Amino acid sequence: MRKTGEPVDDTRDSLMLRTRGLRKDYGRDAGLVRAVDHVDLDVFAGETVAIMGPSGCGKSTLLHLLGGLDRPSAGELWLAGQRIDGMSERGLAALRRDLVGFVFQAFHLMDELTAVENVELPLLLAGRAARPARRRAADLLDQVGLADRARHLPSQLSGGQRQRVAIARALANEPLVVLADEPTGNLDSAATLDVLRLLDDLHQHGQTIVVVTHDSRIAATADRLISMRDGAFVDDTRLTGGTGSLLGSMAGLADLEG
Amino acid sequence: MGKIELVLRLALRDLRRRRAESALLLLVIAAATTTLTLGLALTGVTSQPYQQTRAVTAGPDVVASYTDLPPMPRGATTAAALAAMSALARARGVTAVSGPYPVGWATLRIGKLTAGVIAEGRSPGRAAVDRPKLLAGSWVAAGGVVIERSFAEALNARVGERVWMNGRPFRVAGIAVTAATAPFPAADYSLAGTPFDSNDCGMVWVTEAAARSFASRTLPLSYVLNLRLASASAAPAFAQRYSAGQFQNLLVLPWQQIAQQDNNVILNEQRALLVGSWLLCLLSVASVAVIVGGQLAEQTRRVGLLKAVGSTPGVVAMVLLSENLMLAVGAAAAGLGLGWLAAPLLTRPSSGLVGTAGAPSLTLATAGWVAAVAVAVAMLATFLPAVRAARTSTVGALAGAQNPPRRRRLLVALSRRLPVSLLLGLRFAARRPRRSILSAISVGITMTTIVAVLTVHAHQAQVGTVGGGPALTALANPRYERVDQVLLVLTVMLVALAAVNALFITQAIALDARYATALARAVGATTRQVAAALTAAQLIPAVPGVLLGVPAGIGLVRAVAHGGTTTVPPAWWLLAAVAGVLAVLAALTAVPARAGARRPAAEILQAGS
Repeated sequence: MRKTGEPVDDTRDSLMLRTRGLRKDYGRDAGLVRAVDHVDLDVFAGETVAIMGPSGCGKSTLLHLLGGLDRPSAGELWLAGQRIDGMSERGLAALRRDLVGFVFQAFHLMDELTAVENVELPLLLAGRAARPARRRAADLLDQVGLADRARHLPSQLSGGQRQRVAIARALANEPLVVLADEPTGNLDSAATLDVLRLLDDLHQHGQTIVVVTHDSRIAATADRLISMRDGAFVDDTRLTGGTGSLLGSMAGLADLEG
Repeated sequence: MGKIELVLRLALRDLRRRRAESALLLLVIAAATTTLTLGLALTGVTSQPYQQTRAVTAGPDVVASYTDLPPMPRGATTAAALAAMSALARARGVTAVSGPYPVGWATLRIGKLTAGVIAEGRSPGRAAVDRPKLLAGSWVAAGGVVIERSFAEALNARVGERVWMNGRPFRVAGIAVTAATAPFPAADYSLAGTPFDSNDCGMVWVTEAAARSFASRTLPLSYVLNLRLASASAAPAFAQRYSAGQFQNLLVLPWQQIAQQDNNVILNEQRALLVGSWLLCLLSVASVAVIVGGQLAEQTRRVGLLKAVGSTPGVVAMVLLSENLMLAVGAAAAGLGLGWLAAPLLTRPSSGLVGTAGAPSLTLATAGWVAAVAVAVAMLATFLPAVRAARTSTVGALAGAQNPPRRRRLLVALSRRLPVSLLLGLRFAARRPRRSILSAISVGITMTTIVAVLTVHAHQAQVGTVGGGPALTALANPRYERVDQVLLVLTVMLVALAAVNALFITQAIALDARYATALARAVGATTRQVAAALTAAQLIPAVPGVLLGVPAGIGLVRAVAHGGTTTVPPAWWLLAAVAGVLAVLAALTAVPARAGARRPAAEILQAGS
């Protein structure tokens, strides 16, 4: 079994996500809104792809489609070689549980559950026994530096800590791809740096990540930067220089480290 | 604009905006007030049909009957009986008499039915007191029998049909009613030592010769004497004086006691209605609380707006309270009107009497009680939310912030070891314990009613039929038939209200947990698992409610019976009721649960960002 954080270089060149002519419409006739407009996308294993664009351009909708949280109106969508756009609701649920990890801007943690209980929830949903699920959740919290906060409720955690819990939860079932929707959108600079470090660490270990962001500094840590406008891709740029060095060189954030 | 005018205007506008919910609230409270009105309106109308029957049949003020202890020589006329009757006829205050008439005890057979009868021997002539009113056919003649109407209905006997009494053929000459004895199966005659029970027997009239022919060593003749007194109100004192007198086997009944036997039918109805109305009131409180709770998120924002434009907490609380107060007043008026209209259906006289019950009594006290109960139901359910809303912070209210769900450490720990649907269901249920308690109460009250009805039926199955025995057929008891109808109506109303509650609670759970369900789906729960979890969230608190409803239902019947005998229903009846209620609840909640589980997760999570 692959452990989170272990490199998966052997899959580096394999196609993890693929879309062709992907479309998502809301409303009809005069009220029709095309949130995602004929998007073609290839994301390879181990790649980190940043998607940027103005508010309402369809970034989050695209992310929801990629993770099987929403259904496309038209087009084709593959995840790990498996076509998922026509998949049953039950199949999509299994996909979200086993192959995808979501990280949301608003954290979306259950208020009444502690950090460790939030992280173990996907494991329990996947049918993992209670004891090993708790062990795995504790390990993940340890990896994100929150071992000492495991029994805290979300209301007792800072924004950055909550997002780190959400990332640990996203990794619970060892997903093939992590989909992050504005993961630092609700965080201050120090917390943003913590989350960036975590994402970078995941990236270094070969985790496939698609991140939607407004923050150009986060986008700079990615392998590719895609710009979106009015539901369509307007630019797809491969970045160079490596994420580790980029992270270290981000002056605004590096200043905060000291 | 005055403060009261402003409050009323705001309340009215909101009621108009939420028409469907307002109508439902009105309906729920009106169900309770209608039943309460019915229960209260039955007081005082019960004796009218008996009085009308007494008037048209020249009913006696006192009926005296004398039965000698068996064994007696066949055909013997005891000197004691006649002496007793003669003494009564000459007693002070007596103005007219009829009889003494011989009364024989016989077994009547019609078709496949066999029943015990009290056969009173009458002459064809007109009696001074007690002239049974013929409703069909003709009066007694040789070879003919006149059957008291309620008994004829139990036998399904018609004029002209052939019946056998003690093996001898008779033709049904007529059907009549009398005020001298209570309708079937409550004829009161002195029967000490005879194998017949007067509460199993029907009343018939035959010729005197036929009545005498029924006498035997084991069933000697009885005699009955009808008396009119100078003062009808003196009948109880007269009866008491002569019952405790020198004649041991003499039974002297005043007309008031006979009337009471008939009233018992309506008194049982009244008792069932009053108990039912209290159960309905309790259920209404739960319903109103559920509906009001469901509006809370929307109301919270409205409270925020009111406060933001300068309303004081007092005004906010008054607006919220006055909305439901208006509905309560409307429901009280509707309940009084509907109850008054429906009461004659319940007060119609038994088939043993003629006449009508007249208009039910709607007194000021009844109206006051009904209005007070309606207001109490509305206030009990809305007072706390109103006060809480008034005290909430303006910014929090504007954001529509509700109280965060409660953490139940033990439940979370326990649920970790359960299948996914139960795991989520238990956690959804634990988020809002007050709603779970309301759900348990609602189901508990319904189960209490169902078990109470089963207990009544079990009792009737044991004692409810009359005349059953080795040689006699068990006949339906008309006393229970009418109470059965009332219980059926009450049960349907309670079950309907409980169903509304179940639907609303599930919808409220689905709405409240929409964020949690969306999140669960985002991390891999299937729609089916989430729908099953929402149903489980309703069923989990229902289980204790259903289980507690079993002893509560049996206890309720025992309490209402005032120490009288009750019969515990067979275990399989109770098990079937428990399983049935839970199955119906699961089926009912499946629809809103499925709808709740299918809400688009992405949209909900997006909205929560």
